[in-house]
Amino acid sequence: MSVRFCGLELAHRVINGSGTFDVIAARKAFGRALDAEFPFAAYVSKTITLKPRPGNPPPRLWETPAGLINSIGLPNAGLEAYMRSDLPQLTGLTTPAPAADRADGRSPPRDRAERFPVPLITNVMGSTAEEFARLVEACETRAEIAAIELNVSCPNVRTGLDIGADPGQLERVVAQLRPRTRKPLIVKLTPNTADVASCAAAAQAGGADAVSLINTLRAMALVRSAAGAPASAWLGGGTGGLSGPAVRAVALAQVATVAARVSVPVVGMGGVESTAHARDMIDAGATLVAVGTASFRDPAAAARIADGLARGRRGAAAAGAAAQPPRAVGVAGERAGEDAK
Amino acid sequence: MAPFTRRRLAVTGMDELGAYRVLRVADPDAPEPDPGQFAMLAAAERWGGGDEERPYLPRAFSIARRVGAESHFLLEDVGPGSRRLCELQAGERVWLLGPLGRGFRLPPARRRSLLVGGGAGIAPLAILQDGLAGEVVVLLGFRDAARAQGAGLLDGARVATDDGSAGHHGPVTDLLAAELERDPLALVYACGPAPMLEAVRAMCAERSVPAQLALEAPMACGFGGCFGCTVARRGGGYLRVCVDGPVIDAEQLEHVDPHAGAPA
Repeated sequence: MSVRFCGLELAHRVINGSGTFDVIAARKAFGRALDAEFPFAAYVSKTITLKPRPGNPPPRLWETPAGLINSIGLPNAGLEAYMRSDLPQLTGLTTPAPAADRADGRSPPRDRAERFPVPLITNVMGSTAEEFARLVEACETRAEIAAIELNVSCPNVRTGLDIGADPGQLERVVAQLRPRTRKPLIVKLTPNTADVASCAAAAQAGGADAVSLINTLRAMALVRSAAGAPASAWLGGGTGGLSGPAVRAVALAQVATVAARVSVPVVGMGGVESTAHARDMIDAGATLVAVGTASFRDPAAAARIADGLARGRRGAAAAGAAAQPPRAVGVAGERAGEDAK
Repeated sequence: MAPFTRRRLAVTGMDELGAYRVLRVADPDAPEPDPGQFAMLAAAERWGGGDEERPYLPRAFSIARRVGAESHFLLEDVGPGSRRLCELQAGERVWLLGPLGRGFRLPPARRRSLLVGGGAGIAPLAILQDGLAGEVVVLLGFRDAARAQGAGLLDGARVATDDGSAGHHGPVTDLLAAELERDPLALVYACGPAPMLEAVRAMCAERSVPAQLALEAPMACGFGGCFGCTVARRGGGYLRVCVDGPVIDAEQLEHVDPHAGAPA
């Protein structure tokens, strides 16, 4: 039942998108129930930067048709505080195995199901290759961190271009980081580029073990204080990133394009709210599916989706079909790094 | 602590209260909320079919009262989310996540409590009043007489209206100033629109009166995940209204952010 991803054994295929689920804050709301019913097969931290960042001034959110623009600005207490304070609180998470038939009472309830460790993936962002190097080297020293995700959706301080939007620059940065860690490196690709597949190929050429996409689509919201008045940007950060069902079709296309181009495993995300959406991502070539904005509407959304995928697998097996859903798009055969047991 | 998933619950009633509605929901398994805690609400059906194909996200509402197995919420139609919730009828279903957040800390014995509310922000003061034993003064401000009927949610409220159509003509902080003159040792509990909260904060700061403010901010999740509901903290950095609040000691704030309470 479990899934292998970059050498890690995961309970199922559903993880969180970086910056969409704060375990430490959620414990204040849900207490022990959060740990007992932990929904994600791996936990991706919010983006950690070298120095503390307060984040953008409010307002930070704007609801769109079937979506959300956020302009949060990567608030975090910085690398040193993450290592000292957050890491111990993110260590030792476990998740119950998904159940095809828990609702029927045939599988043990979540609190008695077989449990899997939840590997911790630390997401880091530097504004220079040197900053990235210090972040990756710090992660390399900590056994609690299973893998590192690179947030390359950040402007190069010298060129002003997003590091991840330029294949040449992206390959150089990943190649400089590759020798600094033995842990899996996942590159979180930006969708705000003309050619995401070339960026994915560049990440792979630089030595990435996996790519994840899509990050949010750059977006803005305008408001008028009165009819006829000039419009001004609502978000404190000016622009933000669009997520939710509004981006799902775009995400699916980008995941399919990237999966067809690279041989490393792909983490697909963007508007996934149901098992059917997750199955679409897997059919498009994703090994893992990340849930982000859907968790805002229901913190247990990822668990529901993981259970649904298990149910689908069981249903397919019962029907005499292949246990894996057919891949209609992208690739033939299993992706490298994936080995469903 | 809230259960770790949203619950699909039956609407048991929708009562008119002047310009407001009181949504009643059967929630027998809910943990007992602290006064000032909130829940994230969404209609189970047709959530997304309103103006501009919104709402998409659930909306945060203070728990106004807990009566037996029912939770009560005070609604006002101010946007596509609250409008859809106002349309609900008994027998329909809502999604509810909660109770969430840090509520009011109750006063020590023999201190008078001044409850100051404005508009739909009076909701958490009702459940607070239900739990207060000592002397309680309730001061509520509304735009007009239709909204002032919302004062019926609490017992013995004194009312102020912006247009003078009911009670004192002027801001509710006029009533608060008079009360603080009379008893400078009172404790203040306030919830309402940002300008009202800012006026309460400034008045209490000037007189060194401790005040607890229940803040409102647009939020996507309600449990610390989205980092969207931040307000500036005195001395730098931000507080998340959902997990650091919604009830926040006034002295933690330089001012109450005017963006708090955007129409939803």
